[in-house]
Amino acid sequence: GPLSERPLMEVRLGELHTWASTCSFSAQGLLAAVQRAWGSYCAKYIHVKQGGPAGISMLLAGYCLLSYGWNYQHFSKASYLRNS
Amino acid sequence: VLHTTRPLHTTQQSLAPVPPLPEKGGEVRHGLIPEEFFQFLYPKTGVTGPYMLGTGLLLYLLSKEIYVVNHETAAAACILTVIVYAIKKFGPDVAAFADKLNEEKMASALAMKNDTIQTLQTAIEEEKKEQWRAEGRSYLFDAKRNNIAMLLEANYRERLLTVYNEVKKRLDYQVALQNLKRQKEQDHMIQWVEKNVVQSITPQQQKESIAKCILDLKALSKSAHATV
Repeated sequence: GPLSERPLMEVRLGELHTWASTCSFSAQGLLAAVQRAWGSYCAKYIHVKQGGPAGISMLLAGYCLLSYGWNYQHFSKASYLRNS
Repeated sequence: VLHTTRPLHTTQQSLAPVPPLPEKGGEVRHGLIPEEFFQFLYPKTGVTGPYMLGTGLLLYLLSKEIYVVNHETAAAACILTVIVYAIKKFGPDVAAFADKLNEEKMASALAMKNDTIQTLQTAIEEEKKEQWRAEGRSYLFDAKRNNIAMLLEANYRERLLTVYNEVKKRLDYQVALQNLKRQKEQDHMIQWVEKNVVQSITPQQQKESIAKCILDLKALSKSAHATV
């Protein structure tokens, strides 16, 4: 189908450039995109009859990575500079 | 305010019945990385590709100190060990428990549905039976008509009997009256005749009759003596 209506996983790497130009970067567009992403994640991993630990553990791992990224400045100050 | 000019229910879309949930979620390897990543790398690097990528990335992050090893690393390691051990040990039990809860809910809903269907079936049969019963109403009316005819007949005969009895009583009265009158007339006549006869016997006649009787008695006694 047309480029803007395909899900992101089916867009090829070479077409990523043109795809990025078709999507709307307004507030509503971004909000709609976030909502769609969250909805598809829930439908695939959480709202199933026999889900496992994968659904929540991926969210927790993502949260760990994000918080490490936000606090990188704090980590990178070498701790050996403080009192032993 | 309902605008009746707007057409309602024109499309096939409806909210019920809700489609059932999928059985299993997306495949995830080691609990963290979706299977699609491995499939994505398979054509170019084969089976070991993602693992080599992971190891190289980890070593790069450690050596370049992009990931700093500090006390939190040890804490994270311990926590992760405990979590993995708990999931491996108690996972199936929790899953079975949740499945049992779901099963109970489904069973109760199904039982309710079956009960309702059964109730409606019995109601249908009862209704058919009632319809069959209603067909016999002609017999009922015939029986009622017969009853009423019998009542009328019995009443008519009762009144006929009453009439007969009354008439007989009046006639008997007249007959008894006539008999009584004749009886009284007879008695009265007999009395009158006796009274007159007694009056007509004068004293003279009485003496003569007594003397005659005595003579007759003597003659009789003589004849009786003679025979003895």
